[in-house]
Amino acid sequence: MSVAPDRKQQRKPKTTEESRIPGAFEGETVSRRRFMTGTVHAAGGIAAAAFTLPAVGLAVAPVFEKEEEHWEVVGPTADFSDDTYTPRTLTLVRGIGDVGKSTVYLRKYNPTIDSEERDEYNEYIAISTRCMHLGCPVRFVEASQRFICPCHGGVYDFQGKVNGGPPVRPLDRFYTRVRNGNVEVGPRFSVNSELRRFSPRDPGQPIDGIGQYVYPARPSVRKIPGT
Amino acid sequence: MANLKPPLPRALRPKPKGPSEDNGHTETGPKQKLADVGVSAVDWVDERTSLSAGARWLMFRKVPKGTNWFYTLGSATMFAFLSQAVTGVILAMYYDPSATRAYESMRYLTNEVFLGEFVRGMHKWGSTVMVILVFLHMGRTFFFGAYKYPRELNWVIGVVLLILTLFMSFTGYLLPFDQRSFWATTVGVAINGTGPLVGPYLNDFLRAGPEFGVTTLSRFYALHMLVLPGAIAAMIGAHLYLVARLGTTAPPWMKADIPADVRKDDA
Repeated sequence: MSVAPDRKQQRKPKTTEESRIPGAFEGETVSRRRFMTGTVHAAGGIAAAAFTLPAVGLAVAPVFEKEEEHWEVVGPTADFSDDTYTPRTLTLVRGIGDVGKSTVYLRKYNPTIDSEERDEYNEYIAISTRCMHLGCPVRFVEASQRFICPCHGGVYDFQGKVNGGPPVRPLDRFYTRVRNGNVEVGPRFSVNSELRRFSPRDPGQPIDGIGQYVYPARPSVRKIPGT
Repeated sequence: MANLKPPLPRALRPKPKGPSEDNGHTETGPKQKLADVGVSAVDWVDERTSLSAGARWLMFRKVPKGTNWFYTLGSATMFAFLSQAVTGVILAMYYDPSATRAYESMRYLTNEVFLGEFVRGMHKWGSTVMVILVFLHMGRTFFFGAYKYPRELNWVIGVVLLILTLFMSFTGYLLPFDQRSFWATTVGVAINGTGPLVGPYLNDFLRAGPEFGVTTLSRFYALHMLVLPGAIAAMIGAHLYLVARLGTTAPPWMKADIPADVRKDDA
C-alpha cells in the first residue's frame, strides 16, 4: 500500500529552478509563462477600466453634484394675504420649457394658524404642489380650504399637513424672503408632521421617526444650513 | 515514359462537376446554374467558418413527443422583441430626445410622415404584446415544470429578461413626453424612491439630478434604445444557447415510452 504524500508537509518550491522548469534562471521566482499571463490580464484590465470608469463616473456624478441655490421673484408683498393662497408659477429647472415649471401656493405667515418659529425664511409661506404620496400635482380647493391630489386621493389641510389618503408627510415648502418689497421663492425643503424643516426628500419617503434615516438626505439638495 | 505529352491548356480541360451534378441532378438549365452559384457561395463561407455545423446543431434538434403550440411562446416573444427593435430604429430616425422638442417630433411623425402613425402604433402596442407574451411564456415554463434540473439557470436568465423587458416599458413610457407619460414617470420614479436607503440615490441617478432636468429625457432614451436592448439581445443569446444545449421538456401529461420487455422486468 502506498500512502499519498501529504502535500502540506512538502515544502513549496521557492524558485523555478527548484520546481525543475526547463530553462529556469538562477534565483528566478516567477516563471516567464506566469509573468506573461499576469501582464496580459493586467493590461486588459487597465484598458477596460480606462473606458468603463469615466463612463460610470459621468453617469453617477449627478448624484453627488450640488444644485445651485436659485431665488425667483414671484410678486410684490401686497399680492399675498394671510388667509388664503395665491398660486404662482415657479421655474424649478431652467432650459426645459414648461416641463421645468411648477405651481407654488403662497400666503403670508399667519400667527393664528402657523405655529412654527418665525425666521427670515418664512414671513411668506410657499407650499409646493408636489403630492407627497407619489408626486402628482395637488391643487388648493378654495371651498374646502384643502389641498387635493387627483391621482390617488391625498388630502392636505390649510397648512399642508396630511388630512387623509396615502401621502406620507405634509406638502414640501420653499424658502421665501423679501427683497425690495418683492417676495422671492428659493430652494425646496421638506417638513415632518410637526412642520420642522428637513433637506428635500422625494415623494413617498416619510421623515418622521426613523424615516429620516431610512430615506437619507441626498448630497444634490440640502436645506439651508442652520434652519 | 508515359507522360511525355504537354499538359492541356486550361480552357480545353474537362470542366469539374458542379455541386448539383455531384448530388445526382441531371438538369443543366440556367435555373440549375443559378442554384449552383448559390450552393458554391454557401460552401465557400462554410469551408472557412464551419457555420453549418452550428446551424444544424441549433435548428435540427430532436423535440420530445407532445410538443405543442404552447412551445412557440418563447419564439413569439423573440419576434415581438425583433419587431420592437426594427420599429424602434424607425422611430429613432424622427425622435428628438430634448424636453422642449420631444413631443413635437413625435407629433410630426404621427401626423405628417407616411406610415408614421402605423409604425409608432406597432411599437406602442408591440411593447404591450411583448410583456404579455413574456408572462405567457413564463407561465408555460412554470406549469410544464420546464424550470427544473438541469434548466434552472435558463429560468434565472428568463427572469432577468422579464425584468429587462419591464425596464424597457418603464423607460419607453416617458419618451412620447405628453402629460400622461410625464406624470406616469414622475409617479414611477417616486415609487422607485421608496426603496429604503438606496431609493433616494437611485432616483438622483435615474433623473440625473434631484429634479426632472435637462438630461433626464435623454438618459431614459439612451437606456431605452442602447443599454437595455443590448442587454436583452445578449441575454436572449444565452437563453437560446441553453435551450439548444439542454433541449425542451415533454409536457407533464406525456408518459415515458418504455419498451414492453423493460416494463415487464420492472414489475
